[in-house]
Amino acid sequence: MREWIDAATALVVLSNLRLLGTSRLLACVRIVAVQGILLALLPLLSHAGDLTLRVALQATASMITKGIVFPWLLTRAVRGADVRRELDPIVGYTPSLLIGGALLGVALWLGWRLPLPGSTGSQFLIAVSLYTIMVGLFMIVARRMAITQVLGYLVMENGIYTFGLAFAEKEPLLVEMGILLDVFVAVFVMGIMIYNINREFDHIDTDRLSELKG
Amino acid sequence: MILALILTPLFAGAAAFFLRSDGSRRLLLLATAAVHAGLSAAAWRMRPLSELGGWVVLESPEVLFLSVTSLLFLIAAVYAIGYLRREGSGKRADIEEGFLFPNAAEATFTGCLLIFLATMTLVITARHVGLMWVGVEATTLASAPLIHFHRHHRSLEAAWKYLVICSVGIAIALLGNFFLVVAAGSAGDRMSAMTVTELIAHAGELDPAWLKAAFLLLLVGYGTKMGLAPLHTWLPDAHSEAPSVISALLSGALLNCAFLAILRMHGVCVAAGLAGFSGGLFVLFGVASMVVAAVFIIGQSDYKRMLAYSSVEHMGIASLGVGIGGIAGFGALLHVVNHSLAKAMLFLLAGNVLAAYRTKSASQVTGLLRLLPATGALWLAGFFAITGTPPFGLFISELTILRGALDTRHFVLAATYLALLLTVFVGMAMVVLRMAHGAPSAAQEDGPRRREKLLSIVPPAVLGLAVLGLGLYVPEPLRAAIDEALLALRVNG
Repeated sequence: MREWIDAATALVVLSNLRLLGTSRLLACVRIVAVQGILLALLPLLSHAGDLTLRVALQATASMITKGIVFPWLLTRAVRGADVRRELDPIVGYTPSLLIGGALLGVALWLGWRLPLPGSTGSQFLIAVSLYTIMVGLFMIVARRMAITQVLGYLVMENGIYTFGLAFAEKEPLLVEMGILLDVFVAVFVMGIMIYNINREFDHIDTDRLSELKG
Repeated sequence: MILALILTPLFAGAAAFFLRSDGSRRLLLLATAAVHAGLSAAAWRMRPLSELGGWVVLESPEVLFLSVTSLLFLIAAVYAIGYLRREGSGKRADIEEGFLFPNAAEATFTGCLLIFLATMTLVITARHVGLMWVGVEATTLASAPLIHFHRHHRSLEAAWKYLVICSVGIAIALLGNFFLVVAAGSAGDRMSAMTVTELIAHAGELDPAWLKAAFLLLLVGYGTKMGLAPLHTWLPDAHSEAPSVISALLSGALLNCAFLAILRMHGVCVAAGLAGFSGGLFVLFGVASMVVAAVFIIGQSDYKRMLAYSSVEHMGIASLGVGIGGIAGFGALLHVVNHSLAKAMLFLLAGNVLAAYRTKSASQVTGLLRLLPATGALWLAGFFAITGTPPFGLFISELTILRGALDTRHFVLAATYLALLLTVFVGMAMVVLRMAHGAPSAAQEDGPRRREKLLSIVPPAVLGLAVLGLGLYVPEPLRAAIDEALLALRVNG
């Protein structure tokens, strides 16, 4: 089982790098969905022997939400806004990839240095979760399109959720579901706003949303 | 009881989306607000209460914040009836740019408003850290459509900024929650649930490094929601573009909820012996907020943005008070109550001014005392209240915080505090006094003296009287409640 978990986390790292390097919005939506599914699989993999109803329920709910519902909502938003590519980001794609590599290094360094009082997860998982959070934040800051900001938020939530998986397994099911519900409603509301932004401004470039000052 | 407090507005809000007539919706709003206020008043007698296995609790801190929220919501609901009647339906011309824009459906307004109340109640009463998080994020989601009530591009920009900045901040707070669980470590198995009460009880067993990291993340995360600088950037935009009723509730109730969330985490740190760490951070953010507010209030041209920055300043003052500790902690909680009342009053009055003068620019508003005498007089009174002039309540709370600073020999801090308060006073005075006096500026359709609607005067007047009352005399039950709250939250160790 160990190899499968390691493979899944390595794929998550690769998905983050892919996100930083692509300008195609629909591809980004799909990568974030795949990332969500991989992360939802992790508790199933680590509990392969003693699968409880709770873990199964949690994993299924996450997979459905992140693998089906979010991509559907976001694809609709992308199609509705009639934007296919993010052509002019604040930080270009090559520098983004280089920064992504550097962030991976930082995350691995941090992950190995953070002392874990009696945990069940590996140090690598801390590093990957921190890396995913950093990539999410970077996406929010370095990209213009409103959709990419929503994707960055989802990636951040993925990273935080990974950290929670590894170390906070005692969070009650109700709270986990509550968090999932909150993120779902957040994406839903953000999707509606993006539709409104596109209708109002005829673009979804948040860098140009700068009228309110002072 | 606690569940009733949370679920009544939630179901009422859901129902509001299905009601057809405006009248029944407004009645539902008022009725729910009244029921909520009644239950909050009853909570004073019925505390301490604990439901859902300690997940939701009604003790002194909760009752204090709940009463303020409930009272403010009731008054805002009364004002909102008049506001909704005035707004009517159909398109209207934008004030600044002249284009036509519609409002969102009134059902959206009423429904989201009631759900907003339910989520705020959830944040206040939840002692379970996970549930509290769900509540804070839910308040963001419930209030974003309210900010976008006037459907035009500026409010859309404000609502988008609010949604993204607050969601990112609250996501950081979620990481902080998980760090807390790591800090609990093995002690977590002995705790019945991850509630603040349990965390305080087992504080000695928490890992200090992880606890510090957790607190920092939670302060940054919930501090975004509270409006502490430099995380306040959503605040001026959201407050200036939202309808004044919504701004009143955002400033008066929502910022307090975030403050309570941070206070609970502070309590855990104090119980674990890290009071210096968390107190120091509070002081840092408090002073930063006051500085940013002072800088942006001087020369502020938009009077609603001025009020927004004033909120940033007062949240900074409260944060400072908690950071200093001792009697300043008492001052901070009293200040939160006073500020809510005064700020809500000012925002409701700003709504009146906006409706009459149809401009948000302070330089284009003059002669308020002549054109709208009641609003003008209350506007002046509100200005004196919010800047901490005696005999209003904020003077007492700000003085208490100053005393706390001097008692603990933080002389430089006290001097900075006073200097910043003075700067804000001067900055606001320049704006407010110019608005109140002089000849009424042009561009009113109804002639020289416009009849002021009772529903737009009585709510702010009630709030003004309350702040005045608290300045003259802090009633014993309130004083006792604040003392008990400080004890429960471990603000003073």
